[in-house]
Amino acid sequence: MNASVIAHLVLILVVFTCLLLSAAAMVYMERKVAAALQQRYGPYLVGPKGLMQPFADVIKLMFKEELRPKASDALLFAIAPMLSAAAAFAAFAVVPFGAETTLFGLLREPIELGVADVNVALLVIFAVTSMGIYGIVLAGWSSNSKYSLLGALRSSAQMISYELSYGLAIAAIVMMAGSLSLRQVVDGQAGYWLHVIPRWNVFPQIVGFFIFMCAGVAETNRAPFDFPEAEQELVAGYHTEYSSMSFAMFFLAEYINMVTVSAVATDLYLGGWHGPFLPLSLGWLWFLAKAFVLLFFYVWMRWTLPRYRYDQLMAFGWKFLLPLAVVNLLVTAGVVVYLG
Amino acid sequence: MAMDVYLFYLLGAVAIAASVLVVGQRNPMYSVLLLIVSFMALAGLYVLLNAPFLAVTQIIIYGGAIMVLFLFVVMLLNVPREDPARLFGGSGTRRFGVALAVALAIELTWALRRLGAIGLRGELPDVSSVRLIGRVLFTDYRFAFEATSVLILVALVGAIVMARKES
Amino acid sequence: MVTFNSYLVLSAILFSIGTAGVFLRRNIITLLLSIEIMLNAVNLTFVAAGRFLGTVDGQIIVFFVMTVAAAEAAVGLAIVIALFRHRETLNPDAFTSLRW
Repeated sequence: MNASVIAHLVLILVVFTCLLLSAAAMVYMERKVAAALQQRYGPYLVGPKGLMQPFADVIKLMFKEELRPKASDALLFAIAPMLSAAAAFAAFAVVPFGAETTLFGLLREPIELGVADVNVALLVIFAVTSMGIYGIVLAGWSSNSKYSLLGALRSSAQMISYELSYGLAIAAIVMMAGSLSLRQVVDGQAGYWLHVIPRWNVFPQIVGFFIFMCAGVAETNRAPFDFPEAEQELVAGYHTEYSSMSFAMFFLAEYINMVTVSAVATDLYLGGWHGPFLPLSLGWLWFLAKAFVLLFFYVWMRWTLPRYRYDQLMAFGWKFLLPLAVVNLLVTAGVVVYLG
Repeated sequence: MAMDVYLFYLLGAVAIAASVLVVGQRNPMYSVLLLIVSFMALAGLYVLLNAPFLAVTQIIIYGGAIMVLFLFVVMLLNVPREDPARLFGGSGTRRFGVALAVALAIELTWALRRLGAIGLRGELPDVSSVRLIGRVLFTDYRFAFEATSVLILVALVGAIVMARKES
Repeated sequence: MVTFNSYLVLSAILFSIGTAGVFLRRNIITLLLSIEIMLNAVNLTFVAAGRFLGTVDGQIIVFFVMTVAAAEAAVGLAIVIALFRHRETLNPDAFTSLRW
């Protein structure tokens, strides 16, 4: 084993751990921001400023009893949360998050920050996300409970509907970059227009960015599109019957999916690790900052906007977002052809 | 043996085992899920065949769309399990059918064995480029491509008409 | 090195499994699944042939097959739903009359 293989293994471990920690951080942030928006304190007892609250939650969940409804399908009931969590983690594997770096001279050869560089990375993300549906559908079906089933049906219909707009928004970016590799998409966004405006895709593709974020929120089943788990109607949707660690896995999957969508949006639209002031080897700091802004936006939206009605959601997806995405794609194609 | 030979046998075995279980399974839910496993193995084989774009498409279209549709129907109909007593017993036509399927398998294998080994002759051209696929698809196959869009429209209308409740 | 023959044999086995499924099973959904297996066996042949002939045509035909499979699944499942609504069963032997 040479140094670069070891470096890669370490990188994979670090990314995995960071994803876990990011989920914990998101839980904390979510609760704190929610509290701030509702003029309360939020968690403040466990650790300084309540920072240890997510870990206390994890310990609580670990020691809870694992319950399973009697009429459920034992095998699928156990597999469903694993599928959800695995798909969430796997999607991040092809997301690059930094330029080549030697980590302050720690390594002899520079490594690229990102677990795997696949030349069809965008499609891989798409494929893995679509596998995530199975976790939810199986959870809903195997629980043998009407709330779970309704939640699962809603969520799969929602995810399939919004996947179209999601894909078309990405297709416009692919046309501009001329590549399906995320790293090449990011590298195409280096530099400035007129020395001031960064060449980020968000400026020419503002409509695409809007579509991507709407579809992303719907794909991750977050408010205001959180029908699969609409508490007021469906108890807790597809994970009504889950408890303890299997519930924790769904919870984890939800937050990691959010992180992945934000990371992909950063790569696609916000120039990834390119930004002023910092050298390229420290670009991952920019990446983190941009992804954090998007994640904050996610949380902010959840606690500000009320939930849509289900038919409104479907109408929004099919009658507004999809036509908009098609028009955006056509216009982009025309401009790309015109500019050669 | 090289890595790709191991992978070929592994993925092939997974595909065959999963397909056999799809057919031999009495619970339609499990059948659908096992078929997805089989499709995944085929996607792996496509990667071995230097068609990564197709492999991903296979997962997106088959795994992400078609199979979800099947799963939906199985869930919504709450499909009863097949009557076990009647599966392998019963009618002569069914025994005849099994015999025919086995005959087909033997015949195909025999015919293929006679072909002689067609190996890789030297370096194969790289056919994995998405750009190349797109160019051929939208030039040489443009009529088929447009015809497909009509097919999809027909299927769309047909599915809605048929699944609609009669008033 | 895996030869073209190995892919063809694998594809033939998968196709036979699909055929056996169509003959053996008495559940329309499983019949449709068996047809999918057969379609995929054919797809594998196309991709392998394209690879060993060095053209992309094999892959492109697979795209068309996938589209047709999607259309077939949509219409087929719509028919299944309509049938189930009338007869409360998925056994194809139960559907013997042309009208009801």
